[in-house]
Amino acid sequence: MHHVVVEQWSRARSPLHRREPRAKLGALLAFLIAVSTSDARAQPAFAAYAVLLGAAILASRLPAAALLRRAALVLPFSATFALITWWSGDPWRALALAEKSFLSGLAALLLIATTPVTDLMRGLEALRVPRMLILVIQFLYRYLFVISEQAQHMRLAAASRSGWRFRSAAGALAVLFARASERADGIYRAMLARGFSGRFPAFSRPHFHTADVVFLCASVSASAAIRLAL
Amino acid sequence: MSVLRVRGLRHRYPDGTQALEGVDFELDAGECVAVLGANGSGKTTFVLHLNGLLEGEGSIEVCGIPVRKENLKQVRAKVGLVFQDSDEQLFMPTVLEDVAFGPMNFGIPPDQAIAGSRKALEQVGMGEAIRKAPYHLSGGEKRRVALAGVLVMNPEILVLDEPTTSLDPPAQRELLRLLRSLPQSKLVVTHDVALARGLASRAVFFEHGRIAAEGSVDEIAERFNWTPQSVSLDHR
Repeated sequence: MHHVVVEQWSRARSPLHRREPRAKLGALLAFLIAVSTSDARAQPAFAAYAVLLGAAILASRLPAAALLRRAALVLPFSATFALITWWSGDPWRALALAEKSFLSGLAALLLIATTPVTDLMRGLEALRVPRMLILVIQFLYRYLFVISEQAQHMRLAAASRSGWRFRSAAGALAVLFARASERADGIYRAMLARGFSGRFPAFSRPHFHTADVVFLCASVSASAAIRLAL
Repeated sequence: MSVLRVRGLRHRYPDGTQALEGVDFELDAGECVAVLGANGSGKTTFVLHLNGLLEGEGSIEVCGIPVRKENLKQVRAKVGLVFQDSDEQLFMPTVLEDVAFGPMNFGIPPDQAIAGSRKALEQVGMGEAIRKAPYHLSGGEKRRVALAGVLVMNPEILVLDEPTTSLDPPAQRELLRLLRSLPQSKLVVTHDVALARGLASRAVFFEHGRIAAEGSVDEIAERFNWTPQSVSLDHR
């Protein structure tokens, strides 16, 4: 399961894993703004952003090929729009669309692959993101496990009987969501039984250290410099 | 002294199913009662009322505290519910975080919650698994971690819904030994008469949303033909 692997990655140890979630969120935000506002023809800038992400992957000590494969999951969606843009006679914009979505996806993936989800949410909470939004993100993340587990069970059951065909898969999708919803109800009940009152507890409070300030300043400066100079 | 008192409990699900039809029940301090009955007889619906997860008509008191919206936090600290499906109970990224989830929700400081969680995990023989992800555990290990998640809150009443489901015989024996060593009052919903015999001094039998009979486990099992031998004979 993709998210199980990412969850395991997030608990590894590296200089990037050690950085405070708010510093990483700030760096990601600066990077996304820089990438999204870069001119479509500024191809050297995209190469420089890729180098910047390459340095971050090295610092994270995570498997680069596996990270790139997972980030490429966004490409089928953006490639569709890129193709339409290409046919409409703007190849630079089409190329930039694919590059921007891949770089943005990779940067976001790098954040969640180096930050346990509870720490990330604590970082968002410290940045005064509305609690309801944080709660929705947390439940969405938790229920991903539920849905994928149910899907695996149903796929096995179908394969053991008649094989996995598109027509049966379409019908099974409705059953999958009904079952996942039932399971999600059970999980929520179990949470209530153990005193859940709308906030996931975390073991420690976030603290900004000098290294986090240096990391944040360096990464924001790098993104800004690429955006302005290239 | 009674730690749990239920009077005239009725529950109707939104689809119109009348799951409970006026249940009266008492559990004494330190007592262990087995709840037997066919599937759909209302056993699980009954236990879900005990810490306010379902609301019905009638009255429930836990250690003298009425189960009402305004008291739910106190009630949930006193009634530890171990669910039938451990996967529903384990939702945090690591075993330690999962076990500490309850105490931290009740305002216990993190260092104390961690220490208590380690102790509870040791108690159920899962002290080595603190950093593991719950979904990497076997069925028996999940069951023990789920139990630790409840024991860490030191509840007065332990409610276990089908605790031996999906456990192999050695794991069942181990669970039985562990449950026997716990001093809490216990309510065990089960189809497993051997477990009920090994654990409970009294049994109640649910039928069509009511307690149809109560007595010793052997009396109830015999009266309702509720033994594995009777199942195999029926199928011959």
